[in-house]
Amino acid sequence: MSGPSTYVPKSGFGRWMDSRLPLMRFAHDTIITYPTPKNLNFWYAFGAILTFMLGIQILTGIVLAMHYVANAGLAFDSVEGIMRNINYGWLIRYMHANGASFFFIAVYIHMFRGLYYGSYKSPREVIWILGVILYLLMVATAFFGYVLPWGQMSFWGATVITNFFSALDQIVPHLGSAIATWLWGGFAVGDATLNRFFSLHFLLPFVIAGVVALHIWALHVPGNNNPLGIDTKGPQDMLPFHPYYTVKDSFYVALFALVYLAFVFYAPNFFGNPDNYTPANPVVTPPDIVPEWYLLPYYAMLRSVPQKLIGVLVMAGSLLTLVFIPWLDTSKVRSTRFRPMMKQFFWLFVIDCAILGYCGSQSADATLNLGSFELPLVWVARICTLYYFGFFWVVMPLLGIIEKPKPLPANISQPVLSPAE
Amino acid sequence: MKALTLAFAALIATSVAASAEDFSQPLPPKDVHWSFEGPFGTYDRAALQRGFQVYKEVCSACHSLNRVAFHDLIGGEGGDGFFTEPQAKAIAAGYKVPADPDEKGDTTDDKGQPLMRAAILADHFPAPFANENAARASNGGALPPDLSLIVKAREGGPQYVYSIVTGDGSPVPHGFKVIDGKYYDPYFAGRNISMPPPLRKDSVTFSDGTPATVDQEAHDVVTFLSWASEPKLEERHRLGFGVMLFMLLLSGLLFLSYRKVWSDAH
Repeated sequence: MSGPSTYVPKSGFGRWMDSRLPLMRFAHDTIITYPTPKNLNFWYAFGAILTFMLGIQILTGIVLAMHYVANAGLAFDSVEGIMRNINYGWLIRYMHANGASFFFIAVYIHMFRGLYYGSYKSPREVIWILGVILYLLMVATAFFGYVLPWGQMSFWGATVITNFFSALDQIVPHLGSAIATWLWGGFAVGDATLNRFFSLHFLLPFVIAGVVALHIWALHVPGNNNPLGIDTKGPQDMLPFHPYYTVKDSFYVALFALVYLAFVFYAPNFFGNPDNYTPANPVVTPPDIVPEWYLLPYYAMLRSVPQKLIGVLVMAGSLLTLVFIPWLDTSKVRSTRFRPMMKQFFWLFVIDCAILGYCGSQSADATLNLGSFELPLVWVARICTLYYFGFFWVVMPLLGIIEKPKPLPANISQPVLSPAE
Repeated sequence: MKALTLAFAALIATSVAASAEDFSQPLPPKDVHWSFEGPFGTYDRAALQRGFQVYKEVCSACHSLNRVAFHDLIGGEGGDGFFTEPQAKAIAAGYKVPADPDEKGDTTDDKGQPLMRAAILADHFPAPFANENAARASNGGALPPDLSLIVKAREGGPQYVYSIVTGDGSPVPHGFKVIDGKYYDPYFAGRNISMPPPLRKDSVTFSDGTPATVDQEAHDVVTFLSWASEPKLEERHRLGFGVMLFMLLLSGLLFLSYRKVWSDAH
């Protein structure tokens, strides 16, 4: 929350700098005195966790880039060299590979938290939209990164995704193919593609860091939302960010890191696909091409539509929809705690995304065995896709009109003292 | 993810097995246990030595091990392997690798054959075939895969590889037609495998006196191949233990700090 700065430079140099470049004042106001609602719970720690994971990914990524060779003939060998011959190379690579998965676990919790507590509603629309941009940048970065080891799934994943653009041929003949050729730097995924993907994979994390700065800036103008979703009424509702939230966030970051590192050391290939330990081979297609787990729901939506162009549009639409959420939700009440109908639709939406993820992980012709009846999974995915869009475009606007919210507490200090619901 | 998929696969496979005659799906891998499982798992040194012998005397006739160098075999101080340095040197010396050009700059002798020299520790295991075409020509058109990463490159890992080598040449069930030149392996996708049954009783003679049954040979060679896929597993488990302890302690201290700082917050 922007307010008068309380920073007082303590040294002569501090005063000298403060009248020239008030960097210390900025840091002081941003991470020390920033007034934060006193009732933020565990789910609000994921902002700090995401910042931590971004740092881990950039640090490990820079070290990996020192040893990685972006060349179709050498990439796989260089990654295996990192695993076998570089001191602690295995640790750096497993941290980076699992770091991507845990980055996405954190971002999905962060997004669902924002949805649940209505953190996208006025005056926080810009924070939400910047968040959607960050998420899209993460997806792009993760996709480029997954191509770099140049295993079978790297190569074929890149082939499938870049081929989405060729669906545009159905609108303007040759347009899509021309775009695909331009993206590849050739007539198929190859050495040129690998090189540009490496370049972009190195660039985008720094773009992400920049947008994160905007995201936090936009957050610090209206201040944090909170689990009750009501506006804070004054200093009695607030705590300075430091030490209250620095210590609380540190504890949750350490807990999250504990789970993350347990995977790094004891199940480092849990999230990976075994096929990516086979070097890329353009003449052998793997039996099932699956993306990484965090993209499976979109993959399921894509495959649920028999027509390629419409499938691609549905997938793009599912992402683009997120931008409009602040205006699709017509309810005056932010927090789902006080929205009995929304609560049910929200959890149904979480389950819907999980089922879509499962559908995306199975082969395209898989069926669900219901005793005597075989239900094709593609139909499950179709129903779930309908609900995905229905939740945002039908449920959200309607609920604001028909739902009768529970009474809101007068201020956040009151329920902090009484036990949580 | 993998465990979940495996569980699902097992579920589907058992329902398939119940209907008996469906050969379109492979059987789920056998449930085998390994010394390197779990957070404290290590590779059994004796099994690694025996498994290396099985690879050397049986598998290496067709399968390369490109990513493993002879110096990787050295164990003890700072090494991940399971032989002493003199032993590893002696093993290397038993292999021939292409030599450097001679003083005339030739890489072939008078008959056009490539010049060879004995391998040293820095060399990698030489491949049994000159190239993919040569490998296919000698194996009925099939390509024996490189084994350096085979355990990590297959769903099911060591269980799968163990099941493949022990399941190969199983009695063909009634109603299944094996393709000409292939062998029946119920654990392999499609159940027709190009690899002849690789292991027989006493395929090798273990110097430590361990009876060389098919199960023993398979278990040992899969231990060796798991090591080849993931030589840093022991270092990873060791370091992980310290990191977990540290993170638990750090989380505990941060929790106490959090409680202390927040005690006056309400």
